[in-house]
Amino acid sequence: MLRNRWVKVLVFILCLVPVAWLGWRGWRQDLSANPIEFITRYTGDWTLRFLVFTLAITPLRKLLGLPDLIKFRRMIGLFAFFYGCLHFTTYIWLDKFFDLGEMLHDVVKRPFITAGFTAFALMIPLAITSTTGWIRRMGGKRWQMLHRLVYLSAIAGSVHYYWLVKSAITRPVFYMSLVALALAIRAGYSWRARHAVRPAALPNARMVLK
Amino acid sequence: MLIRKAADIRYSEITPKSVYLNRRAFLGGLPVALAGARQLLAANKLQAAKSPLSTTGEKLNTFQQVATYNNYYEFGVDKEAPSVNARSFKTSPWTVSVEGECAKPHKFSLEEIMAVAPLEERVYRHRCVEAWSIVVPWIGYSLSALLKKVEPTSKARYVAFETFYDRKQMPMAEGLNFPYVEGLRLDEAMHPLALLSLGMFGEELPPQDGAPVRLTIPWKYGFKSIKSIVKIKLQGGMPRTSWNEANSREYGFYSNVNPNVDHPRWTQKSERRLGEFGKRQTLMFNGYGDQVASLYNGMDLKQNY
Repeated sequence: MLRNRWVKVLVFILCLVPVAWLGWRGWRQDLSANPIEFITRYTGDWTLRFLVFTLAITPLRKLLGLPDLIKFRRMIGLFAFFYGCLHFTTYIWLDKFFDLGEMLHDVVKRPFITAGFTAFALMIPLAITSTTGWIRRMGGKRWQMLHRLVYLSAIAGSVHYYWLVKSAITRPVFYMSLVALALAIRAGYSWRARHAVRPAALPNARMVLK
Repeated sequence: MLIRKAADIRYSEITPKSVYLNRRAFLGGLPVALAGARQLLAANKLQAAKSPLSTTGEKLNTFQQVATYNNYYEFGVDKEAPSVNARSFKTSPWTVSVEGECAKPHKFSLEEIMAVAPLEERVYRHRCVEAWSIVVPWIGYSLSALLKKVEPTSKARYVAFETFYDRKQMPMAEGLNFPYVEGLRLDEAMHPLALLSLGMFGEELPPQDGAPVRLTIPWKYGFKSIKSIVKIKLQGGMPRTSWNEANSREYGFYSNVNPNVDHPRWTQKSERRLGEFGKRQTLMFNGYGDQVASLYNGMDLKQNY
């Protein structure tokens, strides 16, 4: 079922729903009394959510026995970058009005901006090297190493959220736990793979490389 | 599909009489409920004379903006949450106990509170610690009028305030120790600009804006302007305050609006007035320095943030 071309189209459209919804609310002038803050929060939320979706793919493939989920990982990861770009643009445009000096000052002085900026910056090389050509050029192993940065990005992103709220930490902690869970599952699998008998590990390994 | 002849009506399908009667009661009560809803939408009007202490030269924000963008953590932490979650907040009957170091402590009913002094309409700038601001026509009178009624003793140096708290009505409360508490130095509380607010935009306060009675301290960050007050206590020692307890490095007792002292995590130099695209420079004491700066003569405002 997941191999159907149309499923990918459907997932692509689903990934666009949040930005379409934002556009619709904007068109209806329904973005709260502080639209700029609303857009900032909304795009930030969706960046984190898409990062978590990306991280969830590998664990879900194994837990649900759906190896074909891998077909969506690049796209969902790129959508995380897309929402991250919207979030960053909102900040640099509507909050800083393209004052780069102010922005650099923020990045240095405000830890929550530092964390957010790090999360965003880490996504850039991953987005650039997301093509099949780059996987080939870099070689699977090195490419995979590089793309583990997505964990750092997700951690930095949820720390960014945690540092930005005044006192209500439920939601940032929720995101942190999801990222931690994804990491833990991944660590569990790699520990098992390292300690498993070789022949049993082989088919799995091949699947990951493909 | 298997088609079977329907059996006789099952007992479980017959509406029990109590429910049936309930439904009548419900329908019977509908006009009342609708009237209640209308009352929520259009609160009682308040008559108030324009105050000479009103801020001039500012464009007012809209009622819609002020009533849908609220920090009231008892009703949820999102800005729009209180306007939804506080809809059925019970503000009547209501009493405010004024007690502590005073000659005539008294539990005021809301009617008594309303009658303490003539209501005035005062336009104030309101600056949130989160770097947004609004301009609101509040209705109320100087807090000093109420405090004078109970005759503070010479031992009274500070005033402590407490917000109503009921977990049942406020299940969304998060992020702070409740009930919410605030405090002022007595001379700050007696300053004519310190307003006890009962309404805004010509009407009683909506629940999400702190009904039925709140403070409005225009030269301090918004969180000092405590909402839905049930207790006011005169005392000798500095009161504890909720945000200070949550994070003492970030929220001090004084919390005067001050563009020169940044919040540890963000700048306080500028602010966004709701409804405006660009940002404004934040003014010292939120622009009320001429009136209130003398309260802080000789104080280091970086130390006493």
